[in-house]
Amino acid sequence: MSDHMKTEFWQGFRHGLPVAVTALPFAVLFGTLAVENGLSVGEAVLMSAVVFAGASQMVGIELFGQHVAPWMIVFSIFAVNFRHVLYSAAVGRHTRHWALWQKAVGFYFLVDPQYAEAERRAASSERLGFVWYMGVALPLYVLWVAFGWLGAEFGRLIPDTYALGLDYLLPIYFLGMVLDFRDRPLWTPVVLTSGIASSIAYVHVGSPWHVSIGAAAGILLAAVLAPGRPPARVTAEAGEDVR
Amino acid sequence: MNETVLIILAGAVLTYLTRIGGDIVLSRFDNIHPRVEAGLNAVPAAVLTTLVAPAIMNGGVPELAAMLVAGLVSLRAGLMTMFSAGAAVLITLRYLLG
Repeated sequence: MSDHMKTEFWQGFRHGLPVAVTALPFAVLFGTLAVENGLSVGEAVLMSAVVFAGASQMVGIELFGQHVAPWMIVFSIFAVNFRHVLYSAAVGRHTRHWALWQKAVGFYFLVDPQYAEAERRAASSERLGFVWYMGVALPLYVLWVAFGWLGAEFGRLIPDTYALGLDYLLPIYFLGMVLDFRDRPLWTPVVLTSGIASSIAYVHVGSPWHVSIGAAAGILLAAVLAPGRPPARVTAEAGEDVR
Repeated sequence: MNETVLIILAGAVLTYLTRIGGDIVLSRFDNIHPRVEAGLNAVPAAVLTTLVAPAIMNGGVPELAAMLVAGLVSLRAGLMTMFSAGAAVLITLRYLLG
């Protein structure tokens, strides 16, 4: 590893570490709830390691607890994670210089904050380098899996998860992320549309479909409202402060 | 391998496909249409909103108060601060009202 690569890696690491730390309560929460919903500690750790997508993991263990059909659990995980197709397409604009294996490895770690950091890097004058990207990814991944394991091991020691608000911490966190993106073009109409559409879908279609339906409504609205003509300006910016 | 592990692995494979798929498909196009671009820009806020909306619909007084306070705090402070403020309101009100 050259000195330059080391510098790049640690630069990325410094971006990733604080974000990873803010995700720790959720990693612990996942582990705790996973065991409560009947997964073994090993299964909970496996899920964090191979799915590596917080919201979908939460949805998954919720369904494990309800004994729904296996394909439905798999499909729900897929539905919640479908947004990654769009992250992947967006980040892919900045990774044309990556080797194939670098893409194959790098995209495995494309979680929400990784996406936000990558977009922010690309929006600055810096090139989105693979080594920098992995520097961001490493603390996110390692701490997520490790603290999920801790949560699974020690989760049963938490006396009253309701009193601690554990069931409602995730929505508060998601709200913060929504608000972080408020400087983006069309933010207000997109959020209103997605909010209303997902609420209607939640009532009339049911979870987890409200995620895909609500998201599709907001994305379509943005596409319709966008000026069709001028050349695509790369406006994708990460949230100002996703941490 | 038990069923749970198979479900997890299947979920993992599909998740990986979503993460690599967008690049594989869209890298075939030289120019991205402005509307596609706008749609892509709207993705995070749109998706994350759908995760918040049901929580607001189903929330009682402690939950809604926590959301409100967290939202107000986020106008001035970072994510961790707003998150802590929301959690504090939630725990307190659940204790007082619960």
